[in-house]
Amino acid sequence: MRPGMPRRIAKGTEMATETAAAQGEEGGLVFHPMDQFIVKPLFGGTEIHWYTITNVTLWMAIAIVAIFALMVLATSRRATIPSKGQSIAELAYGFVYKMVEDVAGKDAVGFFPYVMTLFMFIVFANFLGLIPMSFTTTSHFAVTVVLALAVFLTVTIYGFIKNGSKFLGLFWVSSAPLPLRPILAIIELISYFVRPVSHSIRLAGNVMAGHAVIKVFAGFAAIAVISPVSVVAITAMYGLEVLVAFIQAYVFTILTCVYLKDALHPGH
Amino acid sequence: MEGDLAHIGAGLAAIGSGAAAIGVGNVAGNFLSGALRNPSAAASQTATLFIGIAFAEALGIFSFLVALLLMFAV
Repeated sequence: MRPGMPRRIAKGTEMATETAAAQGEEGGLVFHPMDQFIVKPLFGGTEIHWYTITNVTLWMAIAIVAIFALMVLATSRRATIPSKGQSIAELAYGFVYKMVEDVAGKDAVGFFPYVMTLFMFIVFANFLGLIPMSFTTTSHFAVTVVLALAVFLTVTIYGFIKNGSKFLGLFWVSSAPLPLRPILAIIELISYFVRPVSHSIRLAGNVMAGHAVIKVFAGFAAIAVISPVSVVAITAMYGLEVLVAFIQAYVFTILTCVYLKDALHPGH
Repeated sequence: MEGDLAHIGAGLAAIGSGAAAIGVGNVAGNFLSGALRNPSAAASQTATLFIGIAFAEALGIFSFLVALLLMFAV
């Protein structure tokens, strides 16, 4: 087997089949940095159907249980002097509520539960992925594409329901000279449809890249000469990943609010 | 032979992350110079800063995606 024979990871589905025999040795790396993203069925078997319980299912369930524990169980006493958990839940609530109100406008606070769900799920999924030996669900395009498509469909359908055909004013730049407007309309239309693409790839790519870099540095720790450097590098990258986990959740949510504002008040 | 070309292409695609670094540094540097000139208005624009950084970085992620596609799906 030639080293470096490509492994095929089908994007967009949850199947990852390895065509190359897993030799393990690739130019000094002990393990392949992309192995951590493989989707495996939990209860044996090798086939993955849409109903198979996989490690993705498990970690999404853990994220939901963690969110439930924070937002429902910690705040169940509703004490006037909040406990630590209640404080954190209230801070998260206030943070996202302020974001929705400031960016999407006061009439978009009906969307607050949806935006809060998005934010909490992405934050928890990202942070749970930082636990060693865990699996990051948001590093898969399959997961983030569904999140971004849901946002895109919600925004488009709600924009048409609320504004009717005036929603198309989003593409007609009235502040540009008249001959330019058709060209600008085409450009605006293309960039509107690229939105779910960039929305999903940003989150999945950032998380996947961070985890793959950590795994690559970890592979160098096997070489005894540079293993202290490798450990320091892993620690630095881990700190960056903690920051990226929160910032990417924040960026996903705030872009959702920006798109909602565009849907509610179209036109430049 | 195809595997080698794919690997070379992946290496070339990784140059895009350098371009993303320039873009993000541009955004952050302009924010910093504006914030040092007008500190009281800086706090209200941190949201715009993060959105700008995310947009610039997303295009670097696209080039990383091309590199991954060349390495693992070609």
